[in-house]
Amino acid sequence: MSDAPPVRPAGPTRRARAERAQRRRATLIAGASTLVVGTVLVALVASAPGWDEVRESFFSRADFTAAWSDIAPAFWLNVRVFLTAEAFILVFALLLALARSSRSPVLFPLRVLAAVYVDLLRGIPVLLVLFLLGFGVPALRLEGVPNDPVFWATVALVMSYSAYVSEVYRAGIDSVHESQRAAARSLGLTSAQAMGYVVLPQAVRRVIPPLLNDFIALQKETALVGVLGPIEAARQAQIYSSREFNFTSYVAAAVLFLIVTIPLTRLTDWLLSRQRARVSGGRLA
Amino acid sequence: MTGPTKLLFDTVWKSFGDRDVLTGLDLAVAEHEVVCLIGASGSGKSTLLRCANLLEPIDDGRILLDDEDISEPGLDENRIRRRLGIVFQSYNLFPHRDVLANVTLGPRRALRVGRSEAIERADELLARFGLADKRHAYPDQLSGGQQQRVAIVRALAMGPELMLLDEITSALDPELVGEVLDVVAELKDGGMTMLIATHEMAFAREIADRVCFLDGGRILEAGPPEQLLDEPGHARTQRFLDRVRRHRPA
Repeated sequence: MSDAPPVRPAGPTRRARAERAQRRRATLIAGASTLVVGTVLVALVASAPGWDEVRESFFSRADFTAAWSDIAPAFWLNVRVFLTAEAFILVFALLLALARSSRSPVLFPLRVLAAVYVDLLRGIPVLLVLFLLGFGVPALRLEGVPNDPVFWATVALVMSYSAYVSEVYRAGIDSVHESQRAAARSLGLTSAQAMGYVVLPQAVRRVIPPLLNDFIALQKETALVGVLGPIEAARQAQIYSSREFNFTSYVAAAVLFLIVTIPLTRLTDWLLSRQRARVSGGRLA
Repeated sequence: MTGPTKLLFDTVWKSFGDRDVLTGLDLAVAEHEVVCLIGASGSGKSTLLRCANLLEPIDDGRILLDDEDISEPGLDENRIRRRLGIVFQSYNLFPHRDVLANVTLGPRRALRVGRSEAIERADELLARFGLADKRHAYPDQLSGGQQQRVAIVRALAMGPELMLLDEITSALDPELVGEVLDVVAELKDGGMTMLIATHEMAFAREIADRVCFLDGGRILEAGPPEQLLDEPGHARTQRFLDRVRRHRPA
């Protein structure tokens, strides 16, 4: 025994060497497997009897360029509807969730109303809500009520999605431990203050990934706006394909949607994995 | 040393479902008095403190704070809670706010104290309890002992007339218990009235003016620490103390 502090041997540790070897092996296997699967898929598709026609009608370069210049401006409508609806959904869904989470007897009617609303709107397909509002309300010919189909399509999306998103908020509120409420109330904060300053900030942080997930879905649903008449990207793609007898326009529209949804998906995954790392690291924020 | 009655439990009954937790409990805490509650898990120590803070409504009986019946249904609970500080076993700091925000939230929102005044007062308290350098730390960056000290400061920032401490060292690693108990000892020196539920018999002996043994939802026996811990008058108290001392001599 000596009093000298222990000295770590120079060079990579035994564990580091083992892990490096294992990583190299894993990369090799993943590469080989991807190559095999990829080759088989390409061979399968390219050897299909109809491949030449499919390539011409779905992946034509000339049609892609032509359709793109038609569809890209139309896609702007999808983006506008998406952004407007999202802003309203965030607020409306939160109000619904707060109404359902309230415990005050005065707010009982509001609580029941919110519960019925969520049950109904989650049960009806978005497409039907869209038809009912988009064709029904303008038909009433009410004074001062807009009859713009884009307006009603946006309202339909807001109504439908708020029902789902309010449940996401509510799950977040329920996930904050009761002791946090007790701690806030014990300081003399009112029930509303405890919710606003202590429970809700923690709840919202926790539900950001599932919220983003719903918004990715919403982004795609904006294609439904087309059923009321406005020309958005998917509708424009349909017009192109029926005019030119070529389906490449659908691929172009799909690419436009992916340009928006893929970054959102990546962001959601990144936030989720960061959250998971925090929780397992003891950080429960 | 002690003055008139500050907090009085008068035949308090409390049940959860069909389980009676407090069964006609009587207890008086005098001003500047430090009362320790001991007893087995489930004997009603925590429930008693939570009832005093109005976090749990009592079923029957009365709780008086300075002769005011605070168990009266329909009373402004927030006004009462601002006068009583409570510290929990599990700290319950707000994880999304830093230490300073944890400590100033109550004064700012419940007492409507101005921002700079609340911060000044918080800094004073944090400095007094050796937490000045932690004012911008988040709860998860602190040790258990530091978190519990912050929780105590958070309660003190409201300027409470009385502190309720609910097994505040039970969740701590043994080497961190001391720093938290030192804070409590300092509060006693400052004349704070305290009602403390604890498993630390040595601590109860050192700090309590009176120790109460809870059994079956009421106080079976009470007295000065030397008397209750060394020569209990009741066989059940003796059995409880024997069980505790098998692991932790006091």
